[in-house]
Amino acid sequence: MFQSALRTSLSLHRSTVSSCLRSQTFRRFLSQESRAKIQSAVTEYPVVLFMKGNPEQPMCGFSRGVVKILSAFDIPPEKFKTYNVLEDLELRTGIKEFSEWPTIPQLYVNGEFVGGSDIALSMFQSGELETLLEQHGVIPKVSES
Amino acid sequence: MPVTVKDLERAIRAAFPVSHLDIEDQSSGCGSSYAILLVSEAFEGKSTLARHRSINQALKQEISQLHAFSQKSFTPAQYAAYQAKNG
Repeated sequence: MFQSALRTSLSLHRSTVSSCLRSQTFRRFLSQESRAKIQSAVTEYPVVLFMKGNPEQPMCGFSRGVVKILSAFDIPPEKFKTYNVLEDLELRTGIKEFSEWPTIPQLYVNGEFVGGSDIALSMFQSGELETLLEQHGVIPKVSES
Repeated sequence: MPVTVKDLERAIRAAFPVSHLDIEDQSSGCGSSYAILLVSEAFEGKSTLARHRSINQALKQEISQLHAFSQKSFTPAQYAAYQAKNG
């Protein structure tokens, strides 16, 4: 019931939820070191979001959308980490190569790339995202009644 | 050079058998922000992530010049169900 209320409020943001990106003139070679750093970042926490800005102050409507979606699940803070790619140019270009995904935000669950904001939104609406978080023990399973 | 609807359409049609395609310019004409809806039998049996990756790949050149890009991908059967649900 809480979720359906949230779903309604989210639909208002629908038009702004998508993927932000900026033209990439320089393509950096992703060094072993950068790759290793990102690999440990995505596995250190069960849920990792690479975004523009931070959850309190997202700097892009698409990042804001994914933060809103995730906030629906009451994910314990110790299981959720965000990285602000605007503060780290190496990460900003590196994560795109690492994930082979051209846009920010990018969502990871248990080290696996889930998708950008279009995918996060459609998985939220279909209930798949909740199932995924439950399967990985991020949030408790809701007992069927 | 701004990316036009025609550019996107050409690249998409070259890469996918298209049964339906909507391309919406969300940038009020400056060509920096698009949302597409693509219905293709090529998506049959593929996860959403795999579909989006294949679209990203087909539009690599164009996406790198955009500020924002949003996509929806359906198989023909899924699109029929989507239309029935969303009128």
